[in-house]
Amino acid sequence: MSNTAIDVRDLSKKYGDRLAVSHANFAVPMGSICGFVGPNGSGKTTTIRMLLGLISPTTGDGHVLGEDISAPEKYLPRVGAMIEGPAFYPALTGKQNLVVLAKLGGFDVDTVQGLLEKVGLGDRGDSKYKTYSLGMKQRLGIAAALLPKPKLLVLDEPTNGLDPAGIQEVRALLRQLADDGSTIFVSSHLLSELEMICDHLVMLREGKVIFTGKTSDLLAAQQPVVIAKPEHMKDLNKLAEIAKSLGHQSTILDDAVHVKGEKDFAAELNKAAFAAGITLASLAPIQASLEETFFEMTGEK
Amino acid sequence: MFKVIWAELVKLRRPSLSVSTFAAVSFITGLVTSLLYLLVDSPSGNAREGTRISREVLQLPSGLSLSFSNAAGLLGIVALCVFAAQTAQEYTYGTLRNLLVRQPSRMKILVGKLASMKLFAIVMVTLSAILGFTLSYVLAGVKDVSTAAWGTSDARADALRTFINVLISTVGFGIFGMILGLLFRSPISAISIGVIWNLIIEGLLSVFIEKLTKFFPGQLLSVVAQGGTKDISYSYALITSYGILLTGLVIVAILFKRRDVSN
Repeated sequence: MSNTAIDVRDLSKKYGDRLAVSHANFAVPMGSICGFVGPNGSGKTTTIRMLLGLISPTTGDGHVLGEDISAPEKYLPRVGAMIEGPAFYPALTGKQNLVVLAKLGGFDVDTVQGLLEKVGLGDRGDSKYKTYSLGMKQRLGIAAALLPKPKLLVLDEPTNGLDPAGIQEVRALLRQLADDGSTIFVSSHLLSELEMICDHLVMLREGKVIFTGKTSDLLAAQQPVVIAKPEHMKDLNKLAEIAKSLGHQSTILDDAVHVKGEKDFAAELNKAAFAAGITLASLAPIQASLEETFFEMTGEK
Repeated sequence: MFKVIWAELVKLRRPSLSVSTFAAVSFITGLVTSLLYLLVDSPSGNAREGTRISREVLQLPSGLSLSFSNAAGLLGIVALCVFAAQTAQEYTYGTLRNLLVRQPSRMKILVGKLASMKLFAIVMVTLSAILGFTLSYVLAGVKDVSTAAWGTSDARADALRTFINVLISTVGFGIFGMILGLLFRSPISAISIGVIWNLIIEGLLSVFIEKLTKFFPGQLLSVVAQGGTKDISYSYALITSYGILLTGLVIVAILFKRRDVSN
């Protein structure tokens, strides 16, 4: 049995002259929580749609749960998915919407109430979908994705519209599912969330995969940053120049100078600033976060 | 395919659709039957396009099912709207992607949808028949129309034949709606184009070029509901109308199977 839940090779999708996904190659290990990140329009949803058999690739191939993506009927009964936000029938209740999908997939209709309770909609299952808030719609979408007791869960922006408590609940739910042996492939704009839960990452930019691998490897490869904040704002440029003269790349962001350098460099910078008559209000060496890494790699912001 | 049918029936049973559709069917049948009997002595006519169905004709064994068959065209329009809306809404709500993730065989989705809507059409036509027959008896008493021949085996056979013809016609209109729904992927566009085509364009063009009546699916399905007319035979109307509809259905089915689902 294959040890990858998703494995794509040279996968491309072209719309007219525009290459939405360009020769993508990546693998998602079985049992992992894998984040799928990239700026808007980078090809995340198109890739997900190809994996779910909704659109056909222009070139390349892929396997999901060991089956070729050209035969989605072989793996989709074991896959739960929420693509590009929740989509349900407004005139039906939350429960009826899940019953439609349960009957369609041949799943046990009796599990519907339990799933509604699992996502915090136990007491609102009989309300019509059109009366739901964005957060409730999102929860219903997650419940629908859990219907098949999935081996692979594909979630596109599952925390959209959720309040902080809801985001925390989804995070806990994904962890629990991963602990139970499911593989989670999740795209989100909340990179801090992904950093907390994902052990693997696939990063896209303009349809191309620019990173695929362990989250820890990506972050470890990033040079740490020393953030120095002078007492007086007028010293910002002078401080940046000092850092540069010491051979380190620096940029001014808001009211601080961000200098690329190891933790030890902080002391050296402090001494040099003091010698130049600059008093530092704060000096903090930090490891680059996923968000900073993302912006650097994708050229966003 | 049965899974698709059970799933679709959950949607079709929702009160906002079923109650309003059955109310429309009841209203149409009630109106057509009432006009047929209450205006039986009116010189300006009591049936479609100002035609007059006399008391003597109503008293025949076939009289029982006349009101029901006269309502068929409008029942067809209701079916067209239901089939078009049920198909096109999957695109506008974005729910088609959910359906295809749970049932990747697009042909099963299509055939299951059609089968479930046919069941819905059977209920619609049965309701209309029961209401039409009941009201006919009631209004026949009011307007002194003898019902002696309505209890004969000829009348029963005619009622059954009319029921089947109206059902075939109504399902045909529904298939027309489904084709439009798959083609335009928007309930409003599909319904408006379908209704305008059947109620206005076909009628207008037929007035100017009479021969065209023989090739318009809506006109032909109405002929099927009536069991044939003096100008167009039942078998010609049935074969031609369903030939056109099945050709259309095959074309949109190929489109449905091949088209990317990107909304």
